[in-house]
Amino acid sequence: MKKDIIISGVGGQGILSIAATIGYAALEASLYFKQSEVHGMSQRGGEVQSHFRLSDKPIASDLIPEGKTDMIISVEPMEGLRYISMLAPDGWLITNTTPFVNIPNYPDLDKILDEIKKFPNNIAIDAEKIAKEVGSPKSANIVLLGAASRFLDIDYEILKNAIKTVFYKKGEEVIEGNFRAFEAGRKIAFNL
Amino acid sequence: MKKMVLLGDEAIAQGALDAGISGIYAYPGTPSTEITEYVQFSKQALQDNVKFSWCANEKTAVETALGMSYAGLRSMACMKHVGLNVAADPFINSAITGAIGGFIVVAADDPSMHSSQNEQDSRFYGDFAFVPVLEPTDQQEAYDMVHYGFDLSEKYEIPVLLRITTRLAHSRSNVIVREKRPQNKPKLPTDPIRFVLMPFNARRRYKILLDKQPDLLKESENSPFNRYFNAEDKSLGIIVSGIAYNYLVENFESHKVPFPVLKISQYPLPKEQIERIFDECIEILVIEEGYPFIEDKLRGFLGRGLKIRGRSDGSIPRTGELNPSIVGKALGIEYKTGIKPPEIIVPRPPSLCQGCPHSVTFEALNIALDGYSTGRVLSDIGCYTLGALPPYNSINSCVDMGASITMAKGVADAGFHPVVAVIGDSTFSHSGITGLLDAVNDKSPITVIIADNLTTAMTGGQFSPSIGKIEDICRGLGVEEEHIRIFEPHHRKLNEIVQILKEELNYRGVSVIIPRRECLVTLTKRTREERKKAQAKKV
Repeated sequence: MKKDIIISGVGGQGILSIAATIGYAALEASLYFKQSEVHGMSQRGGEVQSHFRLSDKPIASDLIPEGKTDMIISVEPMEGLRYISMLAPDGWLITNTTPFVNIPNYPDLDKILDEIKKFPNNIAIDAEKIAKEVGSPKSANIVLLGAASRFLDIDYEILKNAIKTVFYKKGEEVIEGNFRAFEAGRKIAFNL
Repeated sequence: MKKMVLLGDEAIAQGALDAGISGIYAYPGTPSTEITEYVQFSKQALQDNVKFSWCANEKTAVETALGMSYAGLRSMACMKHVGLNVAADPFINSAITGAIGGFIVVAADDPSMHSSQNEQDSRFYGDFAFVPVLEPTDQQEAYDMVHYGFDLSEKYEIPVLLRITTRLAHSRSNVIVREKRPQNKPKLPTDPIRFVLMPFNARRRYKILLDKQPDLLKESENSPFNRYFNAEDKSLGIIVSGIAYNYLVENFESHKVPFPVLKISQYPLPKEQIERIFDECIEILVIEEGYPFIEDKLRGFLGRGLKIRGRSDGSIPRTGELNPSIVGKALGIEYKTGIKPPEIIVPRPPSLCQGCPHSVTFEALNIALDGYSTGRVLSDIGCYTLGALPPYNSINSCVDMGASITMAKGVADAGFHPVVAVIGDSTFSHSGITGLLDAVNDKSPITVIIADNLTTAMTGGQFSPSIGKIEDICRGLGVEEEHIRIFEPHHRKLNEIVQILKEELNYRGVSVIIPRRECLVTLTKRTREERKKAQAKKV
């Protein structure tokens, strides 16, 4: 088993929470993993990405080789496309459709969504809307993780435990909200 | 066997705690910050009474750590690569005095300049100072090398440089940790004269340092971190250092490279193994993260002898961070070009947060300077450096920590007025104070804006060393009371702020303007924590 994942978005959008959740799950599933993050200047509203590598064998590189990524999970539509050259031909692009507009020249959203639809393996969901619908408006990132869970090859229960661990300090209510967000995203991916 | 999930930076910190460290000193700087931050919030460090400080700058950090080593205890100073420039004086000289308690200096290099002004390679500093350099390949080695480094340092009474790069600093993985060993007992040196680097003694100590070199070479040759992997195909020999080793093996099935590989993680360079790979192979490829340090050493000035390929000869790009594809391509491995990103994608540069106090300062400064030719705002390193970008375009320089005030003085000396320096509170304590003293002594006509957000914001909100003391420091340096102007940078006060700026821009002497309002990121974090504490009390 080997999964190479890029998690992308804008600094502050909860990318590290997705990465941390998969990390805890990997640990419980006794898998090897390496997770490379971006700290520093880019975290100030700039483009950020995390390389997450999972395997049942030892992993060498902290970075995924070009064109070998199994899955891009993007919390922002344009940011998912930014790393598309990293994606394997049969890889999946799982992305939010709600843009994060903090630059004056943000492209036309419809054109971005058209580009996303060009990929046969895409799941484009309005994660913000779904998060609100399940009563956990801050959990758009976990909605996307739910959708990605279809391809993760990690037990459902293990992933749920990992969510519990990551949001443990924030209390029962937040954990439950994230569970609902996770389920909603997962359901969409399985109903495709 | 206990396993932990740690960033490379955190592995160094946990390694230090388990290896019996007594003090860690640092100035925050990406990608090194998380080492000291880990110790700051570690229960183990608290229990063991491990001293930690966010120091005024890297020089004070290295000197304090050296002092602790002088007193027999294990100590560490951590910084980003350019921080070692600031600390170069004590670092180089500590090699001559030598260490007593294990003494490690960590320098985190930033190839590709993700968060830096240059991509200098700290291994040169190790070479320059004649001290051993350790360069871990992964998180586990980062952890293990701290134990090893302290032992090496104590055995040869020498500082050890631990060099990492961004990717390892900020990548997380499993690390097997060991039982904690006891700290050293403090004891003053029996021969303190060795720390007196007056010429007569410095000459003696310098010779001692040089005399240690053959032993340090032997240590490298026998190091568990320098490994020779033999293979059948001798058409190529690969010398690879640090994290680049991972990118190399990533390119081969089961990580088995068909050519002989010499992996280097300890310097001075292991001569015996290098001789062997030169004797056995027809051509050499050197893969290293950073400058072509090993490659140029091996090639020499004339470049005669065996063909050596690497970053200098263009087989691998001369600049920027490595990755598996770059290394693979240097080995002739074909990479299918991935899907081209659509052209409509635009870059998303970092920017000041919505409502950041700096944005008000820049807006006011732009209004106040309207009508003057551009190019008269010298600035510095911190979040406010983002004021160089649209929509502000307010600042004209960012060179090194503290250079705003001193460069502004130079521009003023060249005859321009008004001239402005923009510096943050933490950068002011790091290297701004001495420059301000120069300006006061010369009565230079400069307006110094110390944008005080009460924290070291860019690196994530560490303690700012001059907090609550800035105006007192300025007074003490001799800035006139009526030209120290303090206000809260709020948008609703814009006109008032512009007025203050205009008044001080007209003054032909040193003015200090202090816009003071807490960083929104630390404010939000603090409010949240305080609310949580209040709730806990109620329960």
